[in-house]
Amino acid sequence: MDTNITSKKIDMKKTDTVILQERDVEKTVGKLLRTGVFTACIVVLIGGILLLSQYGTCAMPDYRVFKGEGSEFITFDGIIVGLFTFKAMAIIQFGVLLLIITPILRIAFSLFAFAVEKDRLYVVITMIVLGIILFSTFSGLKI
Amino acid sequence: MSILTFTLILILGAYLAGLVGSLTGLGGGVVVIPLLTLVFHVDIRYAIGAALLASIANSSGAASAYIKEGITNIRLGMFLEIATTIGAVLGALIAVYTPTNTIAIIFGSVLLFSAAMTLRKKNQEALTEGSKLSAMLKLDSSYPGPDGPISYKLKNVGGGFSIMTLAGVMSGLLGIGSGALKVLAMDTAMKIPFKVSTTTSNFMIGVTAAASAVVYLQRGYMDPIIAFPVVLGVLGGAFTGAKLLTRINPQTLRIIFCVAITFVAFEMIYNGYQHNF
Repeated sequence: MDTNITSKKIDMKKTDTVILQERDVEKTVGKLLRTGVFTACIVVLIGGILLLSQYGTCAMPDYRVFKGEGSEFITFDGIIVGLFTFKAMAIIQFGVLLLIITPILRIAFSLFAFAVEKDRLYVVITMIVLGIILFSTFSGLKI
Repeated sequence: MSILTFTLILILGAYLAGLVGSLTGLGGGVVVIPLLTLVFHVDIRYAIGAALLASIANSSGAASAYIKEGITNIRLGMFLEIATTIGAVLGALIAVYTPTNTIAIIFGSVLLFSAAMTLRKKNQEALTEGSKLSAMLKLDSSYPGPDGPISYKLKNVGGGFSIMTLAGVMSGLLGIGSGALKVLAMDTAMKIPFKVSTTTSNFMIGVTAAASAVVYLQRGYMDPIIAFPVVLGVLGGAFTGAKLLTRINPQTLRIIFCVAITFVAFEMIYNGYQHNF
């Protein structure tokens, strides 16, 4: 009887820790998303304040006609160069980049978490999702 | 109009967009597109770029809060993200060959559908019998209820997956989260309790939007001068909305907003039909 109870207790402890680990992973994912959005926001705000202080009184561009952005705002290299020369619009665009990267980082972290849990099925599923996004980023679908 | 005036008006508009988006559950992107095109006469392509950013900001911000409560089904979200990301990439491809007026008409129609979906009766019941595929993919789960965890099972995984692909295409084509289609797939096809389907849908929107955002950024659809007020405004509005939701019952507000959104939808369809885009 006694041994039965202790073994049950150990069992309960075991499931407790498993659930705890899973909740830890979920909490980290939540924290990652929050931090990403918050950082992106701060960067966009800094760029925006700089933009308004430099060009606030200028007339706004005509957005009725679509021209598309120049290479300084659409390539990683372009944005980074602008960032280090402290150009207001490049700083905003860097914040935009951080915002887009945040959910992608979440996928990458989930891949790691599923690998730690040794959940092979979900490691494969996560890799497929990550693969599609990387394909979308680097395949030159921009046309 | 000077850049300063444009920024101030747009920040206010984007704040309201985020507020309405989070109270109705439609997401910020849906309101940003008509705001930019109908009010500011911005080309719809810039509006789509901005809406994608609004969707990501809204989703990442809200998802972090929901995950904390343990309602989101992360495995289900990850599995269905295969469908939505493939759809999003396809949608971004189709967008190149679709005239802007057609995009406006499709957008208006999706908006009408979304407004109707917001007001429909929601699925509260948890299934006790699921399909084999659902068990194999470990999609069955539980969520915290008032009297302990409530377990639920899923069925019709294939049907849900197909609707999710369509949701992804719409998201890639229009720049919106297409939360309504995502909820339709989970709620109506897979029979998931609405608490789980709405939070999991929200969780997925960020990744879906990111899959097409990387394409649109490289296509030059994302303008920093528009992005700055939109990102900050929508996030602020969504934040206020989330706070309000815990204090007030948004049912009346929801109906008012849905009526307003229906008018906006007809406006978009009419303008698209008249080739005003």
